[in-house]
Amino acid sequence: MDWLTTVDHKKIGILYLIAGGFFFLVGGLEALLIRIQLWKPLNDFVSADTYNELITMHGTTMIFLAAMPMLFALMNAVVPLQIGARDVAFPFVNALGFWTFFFGAVLLNVSWFTSTGAPAAGWTAYAPLSGPAFSTGHGMDYYVLGLQIAGIGTLIGGINFLVTIINMRAPGMTFMRMPMFTWASFITSALILFAFPALAVGLAALMFDRIFDANFFDPNNGGNAVLWEHIFWIFGHPEVYILILPAFGVISEVISTFSRKRLFGYSSMVFATILIGFLGFMVWAHHMFTTGLGPVANALFSIATMLIAVPTGIKIFNWIFTMWGGSIKFTSANLYAVGFIPTFVMGGVTGVMLAAAPADFQYHDTYFVVAHFHYVIVGGLILGIFSGLHYWWPKMFGRILNETLGKWTFWIFYIGFHLTFFIQHFLGLLGMPRRIWTYLDGLGFNEMNLISTIGAIMMGIGTIMFILNVVITNAKPQNAADDPWEDGRTLEWTIPSPPPEYNFKQTPLVRGYDAYWKEKMDGHKGMTPAEPIGSIHMPSPSILPFTMSLGLFITGFGLMYSRDWTFITEHIGFYVAGLGLLITFGSMFLRSVYDDHGFHIEPEELEDKGVKA
Amino acid sequence: MSTHSHADGHLPHEPEKATLEGRNKVLGFWLFLGGETVLFGTLFSAFLALRHQVLDGPQPSELFKLSLVAAATAILLTSSLTSVFAIQALHNHNVKALINWLIVTVVLGLGFLGLEIYEFYHYVHEGHGFTTSAFSSSFYTLVGFHGAHVAFGIFWISSIIGQLMKKGLTVVTAPKVYVAGMYWHFIDVVWVFIFTVVYLMGKVV
Repeated sequence: MDWLTTVDHKKIGILYLIAGGFFFLVGGLEALLIRIQLWKPLNDFVSADTYNELITMHGTTMIFLAAMPMLFALMNAVVPLQIGARDVAFPFVNALGFWTFFFGAVLLNVSWFTSTGAPAAGWTAYAPLSGPAFSTGHGMDYYVLGLQIAGIGTLIGGINFLVTIINMRAPGMTFMRMPMFTWASFITSALILFAFPALAVGLAALMFDRIFDANFFDPNNGGNAVLWEHIFWIFGHPEVYILILPAFGVISEVISTFSRKRLFGYSSMVFATILIGFLGFMVWAHHMFTTGLGPVANALFSIATMLIAVPTGIKIFNWIFTMWGGSIKFTSANLYAVGFIPTFVMGGVTGVMLAAAPADFQYHDTYFVVAHFHYVIVGGLILGIFSGLHYWWPKMFGRILNETLGKWTFWIFYIGFHLTFFIQHFLGLLGMPRRIWTYLDGLGFNEMNLISTIGAIMMGIGTIMFILNVVITNAKPQNAADDPWEDGRTLEWTIPSPPPEYNFKQTPLVRGYDAYWKEKMDGHKGMTPAEPIGSIHMPSPSILPFTMSLGLFITGFGLMYSRDWTFITEHIGFYVAGLGLLITFGSMFLRSVYDDHGFHIEPEELEDKGVKA
Repeated sequence: MSTHSHADGHLPHEPEKATLEGRNKVLGFWLFLGGETVLFGTLFSAFLALRHQVLDGPQPSELFKLSLVAAATAILLTSSLTSVFAIQALHNHNVKALINWLIVTVVLGLGFLGLEIYEFYHYVHEGHGFTTSAFSSSFYTLVGFHGAHVAFGIFWISSIIGQLMKKGLTVVTAPKVYVAGMYWHFIDVVWVFIFTVVYLMGKVV
């Protein structure tokens, strides 16, 4: 019950981690089934329909239900601590964001258990394939409504982090003293704010097409299928940077800490991050070169895409220069961070190849593309998340993950990853198309697909080892020091692990970049407080975020079956949808009418430990 | 009723920005409006892409009655002015005037919504249903989203009026009023674009 009503950012971070981790396993299982199907030619392990469902759900799950929540987990756990805040700006909204994500994710996955099956039009849901004419049954309805509900959570989460970072920094924490992870979270949140509403409109239009017979994307009724591609990718390309920027932030923190050096070129890192965020919105049509937009559009989007390599290159070199001459400690967290650099560079290089429009006509829809984006997303984002989890685990849970097991996990996962995806570049160049259920013998695809499948199984073993590590660590006593790596540079390492409910007994005074490190170098034991010890105002827990999201879940369900359910009267689904909306709006009304005054923690109570998990 | 206890001296000039919670709300709402801008921008793009696809349905030029739309526009823009008066009353700590101006704003909003419902009803009778063509789908989606925003704003401001009557003007209620005012202006600005892009361009081209 405590976990259903919590508004504490650290607990919400843990909730995001558990839910996101669960869907990472689901998405990983889907990936393994895909790889088992492709391990030999003319395999019939799964049917063609099931295969389409698997690739659709694998992409959707990994991007929206695994990667983003795990990033939100790290952002929730760390950002308020890094800027010296007691909580996020809107704790209630933070909880609401988690629960809408959770119920959206559950709704999407319920589709597996229905008679018409999961969505099967690809994670990009290209119209008119995703429209009512081609995707009969309810699979795509689950996609549209599940993502819509989950998207609300992401959007309000993004706004929350923006306000938190702008308004709630500790005294002295200027923008140009903010840790890189906080900066990356800030830019990511801005991208969420400007990208997700476009997706919301696209999904709403597709829902109207599917449920209310609108004509947005149906060419027979004057609709325009390319319109869907534009709307999807004006969201979808920034989404790539929404995913990768926080990973960049993690890498910056980890490499700097374990090299015992200030991050090289901090201000250029900040501006590179901003520039990447900006250019992320200028390049969406490179996904559509082969749609036939014409040479002018292709040339412009081609150049804009290649431009992103410049700020990314700045970041890569700064990480290398940070390590240069540092006294590097290869902890598990740092192994992931160092392993990230060459992997991400390889993903970036194939990105530039794909950005050349004429070359893209060759690569398009082959395994070369699959290899490219898995190098970026798994080799970039997932390694970044693993790095961040190992790095901040003691801060989140008060226990250090087992280092030996962590290093084994890294090597198995890392080798498995390269085995899976490096070879797919060549499969693509040989002409193996993506999104196909099986392939013929004698095309030269057999051995490479087998190697790729073996690599995928290794990644699965690595993931299981990580879970094992979590279980083993969880059985140990909660005894991590405040600064367990002993080289912590930022504010989160100045408070106990795990932090108490109120984070900082006294708001710290920040006197420079790498605030804690600066105090250490000046010979101080801890931060200078910026305020006397006093009573601390805390928000009260609330069940309303849960009920609001539950209402949306019921609404989504009702809308989908608005035409099927007739057992009492016609259109019973609409009544169910109405009931759901009533629950949601009723909860919103209650929230607005009853002011939440919260409670105070008095100075004499300031001793208890907060998060337990 | 608690007007007097919170009269000048207790409340700062801008009570909506007196607390960190208030400042967070106002900033967060500005950002939210940034997201809303993208939302309506995408709806406008979809409408612009599809507005010539009328199929068998009526043309926009024979459908739209500009006099009706002009009246709705005048009503909505006036409601923006009255919401400014409400915020001025907020800054003068005049709860009575604040509530009255908010009520005027809500009434004008209801007037606009009534005209829009009549307009849609009329169009459907002219053979311009939601499913008639890509033009009609995108028209009803864009204008309907705006109308839903107006309806939501009416409920929202009404519930704030209720809170002001019960709790008076405090540092808790002031940011709510201020933020609702921002929302109402945003709706008006969107309508100016709808008036231009949907109705005027529909008449011309």
